[in-house]
Amino acid sequence: MTNQTSDVLDVTDLRTYFPVRSRGLIPRTIGAVKAVDGVSLSLDAGETLGLVGESGSGKTTAARSILMLVRPTGGSVKIDGEEITDLSARKLMPIRRKAQMIFQDPYNALNPRHTVGAIITAPFKVQKVVPPGGVKKGVLELMERVGLNPEHYNRYPNEFSGGQRQRIGIARAIALRPKLIVCDEPVSALDVSIQAQILNLLRDLQKEFGIAYLFVAHDLAVVRQISHRVAVMYLGKIMETAPRELIYSRPLHPYTHSLLSAVPVPDPKRQAHRKSRIVLHGDLPSPIDPPSGCVFRTRCFQAQERCAVEVPPLVELAPGHHVACHFPIAVEDLPARAEVQALTADDPQEATPDVQIVSREEAADGAAGAAGKGRGAQEEALDEGGAAEEGVSLNKPRA
Amino acid sequence: MFAYLVRRVLLMLMLLFLLSVSVFLLFAILPGDPARLTCGKACTPAIIESNRHRLGLDEPPLTQYVKFVSGIFVGRTFSADSPQPIKCDAPCLGYSFNRQEQVMSLIARSAPVTFFLAIGAFVIWIVVGLALGIFAALNRGRWGDRLIMGISLIGYSMPSFFLGLLLVFFVIIKWQFLPFPAYVAPWENPFQFFQTMLLPWILLATLYAAFYIRLTRNQVLEVLSDDYVRTARAKGLPERTVVVKHALRAGLTPIVTAAGLDLAGLLGGAIISENIFSLPGLGALAISSIIDSDLPLITGITILTAAIIIFANLVVDLLYAVVDPRVRVI
Amino acid sequence: MTATSEEPLSGMPIVGSADRPFLSVNDLHVTFPTEDGLVQAVDGVSLSVERGKTLAIVGESGSGKSVTAQAIMGLVNRKSATVTGEIWLDGQELINLPQREVQELMGMEIAMIFQDPMSSLHPFYRIGDQIVEAIRAHRSIGKAAARRETLEMLQHVGIPAAERRIDAYPHQLSGGMRQRVMIAMALINSPQLLIADEPTTALDVTVQAQILELIARLQGEFGTTVILITHDLGIVADVADDVAVMYGGRIVELASTTTLYDLPEMPYTLGLLSSVPRMDQKLPERLDPIRGNPPSPIRLPKGCVFQPRCDYWQRVPGEACLTVRPDLLESDPDHWVRCHLKVEERKQIARDVKQILAGGGE
Ligand SMILES: Nc1ncnc2c1ncn2[C@@H]1O[C@H](COP(=O)(O)OP(=O)(O)OP(=O)(O)O)[C@@H](O)[C@H]1O
Ligand SMILES: Nc1ncnc2c1ncn2[C@@H]1O[C@H](COP(=O)(O)OP(=O)(O)O)[C@@H](O)[C@H]1O
Ligand code: SF4
Ligand code: SF4
Ligand SMILES: [Mg+2]
Ligand SMILES: [Mg+2]
Repeated sequence: MTNQTSDVLDVTDLRTYFPVRSRGLIPRTIGAVKAVDGVSLSLDAGETLGLVGESGSGKTTAARSILMLVRPTGGSVKIDGEEITDLSARKLMPIRRKAQMIFQDPYNALNPRHTVGAIITAPFKVQKVVPPGGVKKGVLELMERVGLNPEHYNRYPNEFSGGQRQRIGIARAIALRPKLIVCDEPVSALDVSIQAQILNLLRDLQKEFGIAYLFVAHDLAVVRQISHRVAVMYLGKIMETAPRELIYSRPLHPYTHSLLSAVPVPDPKRQAHRKSRIVLHGDLPSPIDPPSGCVFRTRCFQAQERCAVEVPPLVELAPGHHVACHFPIAVEDLPARAEVQALTADDPQEATPDVQIVSREEAADGAAGAAGKGRGAQEEALDEGGAAEEGVSLNKPRA
Repeated sequence: MFAYLVRRVLLMLMLLFLLSVSVFLLFAILPGDPARLTCGKACTPAIIESNRHRLGLDEPPLTQYVKFVSGIFVGRTFSADSPQPIKCDAPCLGYSFNRQEQVMSLIARSAPVTFFLAIGAFVIWIVVGLALGIFAALNRGRWGDRLIMGISLIGYSMPSFFLGLLLVFFVIIKWQFLPFPAYVAPWENPFQFFQTMLLPWILLATLYAAFYIRLTRNQVLEVLSDDYVRTARAKGLPERTVVVKHALRAGLTPIVTAAGLDLAGLLGGAIISENIFSLPGLGALAISSIIDSDLPLITGITILTAAIIIFANLVVDLLYAVVDPRVRVI
Repeated sequence: MTATSEEPLSGMPIVGSADRPFLSVNDLHVTFPTEDGLVQAVDGVSLSVERGKTLAIVGESGSGKSVTAQAIMGLVNRKSATVTGEIWLDGQELINLPQREVQELMGMEIAMIFQDPMSSLHPFYRIGDQIVEAIRAHRSIGKAAARRETLEMLQHVGIPAAERRIDAYPHQLSGGMRQRVMIAMALINSPQLLIADEPTTALDVTVQAQILELIARLQGEFGTTVILITHDLGIVADVADDVAVMYGGRIVELASTTTLYDLPEMPYTLGLLSSVPRMDQKLPERLDPIRGNPPSPIRLPKGCVFQPRCDYWQRVPGEACLTVRPDLLESDPDHWVRCHLKVEERKQIARDVKQILAGGGE
């Protein structure tokens, strides 16, 4: 990726496992939830890396592990060039000045018994820093900077709306001018208009102070708006990472295609003219017992025998564009529609899932072609406990 | 579920062990010489020493503990080498030299009193607490709710001895509705038994019911606004089914749990009520054992009371697991 | 029975053809007395849906979407709220119906799916039993037959290994599965009207796509009329025929989906559209969000409820936006807008904003 030495954040092969205990008489550790399993990423000053993936893919765990809020099982995390994985809680204190976090839930992240002033003052107190002009003046300036009325200094968090609370959280996070802020779904709980206000605020602060963001989100449109680079995560691993333009216009990993295809577009015309639609069924497999080979293979429309035996490494296919897949596929080559019945836990021996593909030519022949497809495979899927979707095109055509 | 059960039972035994050890250690470390307390003014060091030996207090704490535990299972004999050994039968919790009686039989005499007191009060307070609490919740904000809440607030904030003395003063002394309390076992004289127990029951039940009305009301209001209750309504179920099958089942489970633990606590002795109404229960026994510094008796009562609470805890948790499938997984 | 098959009042917005609508809501008001004052949660909502169509209700949180839905469903607690207005379902007025008859409709003629599938199922009962209960609340069929029907429905909504899952407890299923169970439960009695209150808000995009496809498919099969409540303009474009935009307890714009996305006229709708980051357009340097916060439902502005956040109120002569509540008026056939601006002016503003959006930065 970029020049290693100038990185604000440098994560190599980060692994965070949670022990799984048996339910027997004497509980024993019988396995591990591999929440994060070999993640590497880096961030330059003033850069935003978006981290996306489905629920349970390990985004939050990765974010928290990077700040040592959860102790990682292995790997290395360097903040501003300093290795922090082995630091004691006390030695981490100076690091917390450089790296801060903003949380998803603006309702739970703030102590309800502290005033706004006290909340934003806390970082100065803890780190024993006095800003020029005194702490109170510094706090008032911060409040103004994030769009809070300084008169609210003595109010309590429960008197504020979600958006305003998120502003309080942001003020606290930027108080000590950190170099890095890890944001875990900072706008997911907010209304669209407020969400846009907060995204703009984060971007302005980045320009002003050169902060680097690790921006965790599941909303691909939001991530596109704020990120310079994007990493796509699935079951604890990075599937694809690339500069923003490439991820959205030239994605190569089947999982990225599936995610992008699921994003609804607020325009009925464009929605109807989507070139391809990839429908994933089922949920993420259990991270306790992930599929062999490629972790995505149970839901992948490209999967082949090889995917079950060989773990695809993350390789650079274009400058800055890393993909972990044996059979990457370009946008032009996508079928008009692919519907994947995920393998269930009952048939893990099966190498490839049941895929129904409608090619572009067939799609052009009309909806009839699509409707009749793969009927037999459907029944089988039913017998095997697969989802009982009909083979009809559900993409309601619209004029 | 079976593994869960076995694990919980093992856990309980371990807790009991730790508890009894700490009770023993506590009394071993405590300042004051228990042997010195065994004889009155005319004490000579020789008598103290011989008493110490009789009590087995001259042995190291560990030996004392082992003897105590084995006594529970096989019984034991105190001052075996003296001319008058004292035998203590199988579930032996010690021997009270002050009272010249086995701790177990002392407890056995007081326990039924406390048991009847606690169970009677429990039945009243559970019925009243749940019924009024549910009624108040279902009629939130109306006068019935306000009245119930008002009364329960009074009951809740009234000190128990004060309420007890009020009852004694008015019902027994002034109006003479009831005779002075004199405990008899129910099988000897049921009528007198009820006459004696009525006021203690009312006193205890009032105190607890006041609390349980509020608890039930809050809990029911909370589940009534839960999403799954809304789902039940949206199915078109009759309001009765919605309330009873969906809301109450979920809402009352934790209350019954809490009540089980409170009952267990009461079974260990209701000190104030027993004193006010001069009931010879465990609470009264405990108080007098403390006043007399009757160490073996204090130890026995402490361990027995704790055992009841730990056991009740287990029962309640198991019942909870039966009702709530989410707990079974753990 | 107070209901007659009398026509609903004229003058209310009826989108689509001139046929008598299947569902029509007329001047619905819902108020909650609270300690802080009267909450006007729904303040004069009128709308209509034709049989088999999908109406989306869009708006920010607190705009009154859920309360509207619950009022139609009959779920608003009459002890703690005042409900006035008319709700006509297939020729029957619902608001003045006795509770017992409302119960007969709930789950049979009208069914509802809720936002949070995690908490909407009872944690103590097996999912199969919960669905069987919904069947037997309305139809007198045996337990075994009801269970068979339940199993079929679970398979139908795409629950893998339904024979096993029917005896599962809710906590043993993932969020997407639970929402499928909720859908199965809602559709088990083949209701004519399905109200889905933010059915995918708590779910992942991939699962959201599955659930929306499922609802659309089942709607096609059963001919159900759907009211889809959401704050996500994206999913609306995909599945709705008509869209009602709500703000501060009232409908501020109502149109067919195509019209609404083509040329939204209410400044609030425009603001919503320019607030969402979009995947299908060039990246703007900054988003252009509506400023400020939604109004408190207790202290609503005197004039246009949106005025404190509106960029255009000064264009209306005489400061009418500050003092006069605008009415919901038809600006084009089947396009209803609540705004004092002149129709032409609104259209011009919309065209300008769309221009800026389409030609954004980079
Ligand atoms: N403390 C924990 N103990 C055991 N497992 C955990 C723990 N925390 C997380 N996990 C598991 O690790 C995996 C990743 O969880 P994580 O919260 O990081 O996902 P996420 O990508 O942030 O999901 P979401 O989008 O829902 O926030 C999940 O399977 C989760 O159940
Ligand atoms: N039971 C209630 N008591 C008081 N206020 C309520 C109640 N239910 C909803 N409200 C208020 O009504 C308004 C509309 O709520 P709702 O319909 O849930 O909004 P949304 O559009 O997010 O679904 C909100 O201000 C909400 O706080
Ligand atoms: S490696 Fe195979 S299974 Fe994995 S994403 Fe690529 S094609 Fe699909
Ligand atoms: S009525 Fe006035 S304030 Fe309201 S939206 Fe129209 S222009 Fe804006
Ligand atoms: Mg998360
Ligand atoms: Mg809502």
